[in-house]
Amino acid sequence: MTSRRTFRIWRGDARGGRLESYQTEVSEGMVVLDALLAIQAESANDLALRWNCKAGRCGSCSAEVNGEPRLLCMTRLSDLPAEPPAVVEPLRAFPLIKDLAADVSWNFEAKKRIEEFRPRPPDAEDGTWRMAQADVDRVQEFRKCIECFLCQDVCHVLREHEKHAEFIGPRLLVHVAALEMHPLDVADRVEALQQAHGIGYCNVTKCCTRVCPEHITITDNAIIPLKERVIDRFYDPLKMLLRVFGR
Amino acid sequence: MAEYRALEYDVLVVGAGGAGLRAAIEASAAGVSVGIVCKSLLGKAHTVMAEGGIAAALANVDERDDWRVHFADTMRGGQYLNHPRMAEIHAKEAPARVRELEAWGALFDRTEDGRILQRHFGGHRYPRLAHVGDRTGLEMIRTLQDHGIHRGISVHMECTLLKLLLDGERVVGAFGYDRERGRFLVFKSKAVVLATGGIGRAYKITSNSWEYTGDGHALAYEAGADLIDMEFVQFHPTGMVWPPSVAGILVTEGVRGEGGVLRNSEGRRFMFDEVPETYRSQTADTEEEGWRYTQGDKDARRPPELLTRDHVARCIVREIKEGRGSPHRGVYLDISWIRKKLPGAEEHIQRKLPSMVRQFQELAGIDITREPMEVGPTTHYMMGGVRVDPESQMSTVPGLFAAGECAAGLHGANRLGGNSLSDLLVFGQRAGVYAAAFAKDNSLGSIDEREVESAAARALVPFENARRARSDGEGSYAIQRELQETMQDLAGIVRSGAEMEQALARIPSLRERSDRVAVSGNREYNPGWHTALDLRNLLTVAEAITRAGLERTESRGAHYREDRPGKDEALGRCNIVVRRATNGEMLVRREPVPAMGAELSAIIQEMK
Repeated sequence: MTSRRTFRIWRGDARGGRLESYQTEVSEGMVVLDALLAIQAESANDLALRWNCKAGRCGSCSAEVNGEPRLLCMTRLSDLPAEPPAVVEPLRAFPLIKDLAADVSWNFEAKKRIEEFRPRPPDAEDGTWRMAQADVDRVQEFRKCIECFLCQDVCHVLREHEKHAEFIGPRLLVHVAALEMHPLDVADRVEALQQAHGIGYCNVTKCCTRVCPEHITITDNAIIPLKERVIDRFYDPLKMLLRVFGR
Repeated sequence: MAEYRALEYDVLVVGAGGAGLRAAIEASAAGVSVGIVCKSLLGKAHTVMAEGGIAAALANVDERDDWRVHFADTMRGGQYLNHPRMAEIHAKEAPARVRELEAWGALFDRTEDGRILQRHFGGHRYPRLAHVGDRTGLEMIRTLQDHGIHRGISVHMECTLLKLLLDGERVVGAFGYDRERGRFLVFKSKAVVLATGGIGRAYKITSNSWEYTGDGHALAYEAGADLIDMEFVQFHPTGMVWPPSVAGILVTEGVRGEGGVLRNSEGRRFMFDEVPETYRSQTADTEEEGWRYTQGDKDARRPPELLTRDHVARCIVREIKEGRGSPHRGVYLDISWIRKKLPGAEEHIQRKLPSMVRQFQELAGIDITREPMEVGPTTHYMMGGVRVDPESQMSTVPGLFAAGECAAGLHGANRLGGNSLSDLLVFGQRAGVYAAAFAKDNSLGSIDEREVESAAARALVPFENARRARSDGEGSYAIQRELQETMQDLAGIVRSGAEMEQALARIPSLRERSDRVAVSGNREYNPGWHTALDLRNLLTVAEAITRAGLERTESRGAHYREDRPGKDEALGRCNIVVRRATNGEMLVRREPVPAMGAELSAIIQEMK
């Protein structure tokens, strides 16, 4: 069963743009990305958009559908009202390249500033480690991240306040959490979290958690425990006193 | 004169999937400057879609496993057309490459005693795949990416290469463009490593993304390198078939490894109906024995669902053709039945196959813990590719290396699941070592500006066509679609000489039409233009697949011809080699499979 459906798609670049209407044939089970690729093949050959896996696994096709940050490949048309037409726009927390392709390169640059994984010495003579499944499971939630940057897009510290130079954003805080809670890692990123990574900017509104397509509990499981580490280190009055008397 | 941005690296790596990243890390460790170009953003390559695991004879779960068994399994799976030395190196070095990933931060599922857990997979005698649930590829690419960004490697994201530049016989650089602005790039480098992945976009139903247009295959071919085994395209037996828009998306073999079974519309486990001679002694006689195998019973033999991918795919096609398929032209893959066998089965499925649960829930509205999936074959992997030296991964063109899917030799006529991730690591690492060594031994060559000029002019033809408003210039998507349909229908899972001849006859006209493509818009991030440029590579690859398929007048591994259903003993000792003649014609010839030493032969005999 097919029908024609209209989509309002952002066309333009850094200099400006507007929403334009396109129509295409849609059928049962289609996602927004399918409709956009059909429109691209039929009537807008130069429509810029990113996609790869089409299965919610690579995090390429991030955009905003009716104002909500979504993966285009996992947003089924049947979950959107047919009228008014769905509005598809690029991520707004980053500079626009063209149409639906935003310049997300900042995320890759900012990641380089995070201290890399550093393991403890191997446990066994053959150079390998022993870990319990339970300890591995604890960080797998963070390692599921597909780097779609929807959480970065929705974070008001980046989106409204444009603190890209001072704050690494939820995605990269999840990355730090994955490293800090890695059973083998021995590096210490607590001072960097407070200083260079700007964890204090996050005021736990949980917008990031709400949009994560991998359902990572970003705020509660990653950011808050990291904040606690920072507080323990730098702001705990009891510890401050103990430090004074301990000398 | 064409304007371009000039860049210079000792080693240029093309592609940032597992093989490209691993090669770049190794080359950088050798102290040379390294640049990577990739068509998409970093970390989005098809490696991310690998689900099952990395095959390596760590012997953590079954102490009977070692490199010799892995070697023999790989050769048997490849129907002995594999390069034996590559299969040997691969089996010997895979365990070290997996352990190294752990040292770089990868977290695999664990055994009871805290070591890396390994799971069963098709064609592997023992549980051999190191894995993380069903998202092993993501774990691997992210580990390599996060390790790689601290190694001083320059990454050029969203750039595509169009031509390798030669100085005499030797590769000395490459020409391409950035997607963002459509600006031209000229890379000068002492060595080039191709790690561009597959060719899936030559077919209509595929698990591959838009990127996989055989770029490395075509670039190497145009530069004069040999391609081998191009007739062997792997159709993964289980892709989604419904809804239509997701047709082709992969359903991991891990479902079958965890006890999932295939049934036809009559409810029959049809995989028991036909077991190839070479696997009879390793295959379960009863459903009960198959189940015990998936649950770790070392005395049980594997269920027929875990036979090699080529065979399983053909059995599924047979069921559908003979009218025993599911409503959407697939068959049923059922993991939910294990509820009868296993307490807490739903949680178990959720823990072992979380991506599959989600994929079916969100895209098809199916709860796989409670009901069967509908699946059918999907174009998945290219066994064929650039012919390389097994030690160094250098192609037949000096300075040009290839690793991963775009290289050939390891897998022969059919790749075993799990052997691709290990392939990327083992031969990516080797390509990095030898490309760096080559770069140290050679100075920069000289770039022929006329070559750059002609490549630039050729890249702009689609805009020229539009400017001249040629009435016969059509869009690139329609031609790509037609090529995909041609290959799907005439050079797909079940082939025949007559159909492949038809496919071959259509290619010249598709090529002519692709030369007349007119694109709208400008050079900035213009997918219509990019598709037009990728088409050229797809056409080269399609021609190579078809010509090699015609030359192999038998059925073997992934290459099945209904007009030649049997095996030909003489062809069983040959690889098909494809090469570009000086007049531009595609030459096809047979060459004997590289000889095996006495030690390796003895292993094969022993494991038969």
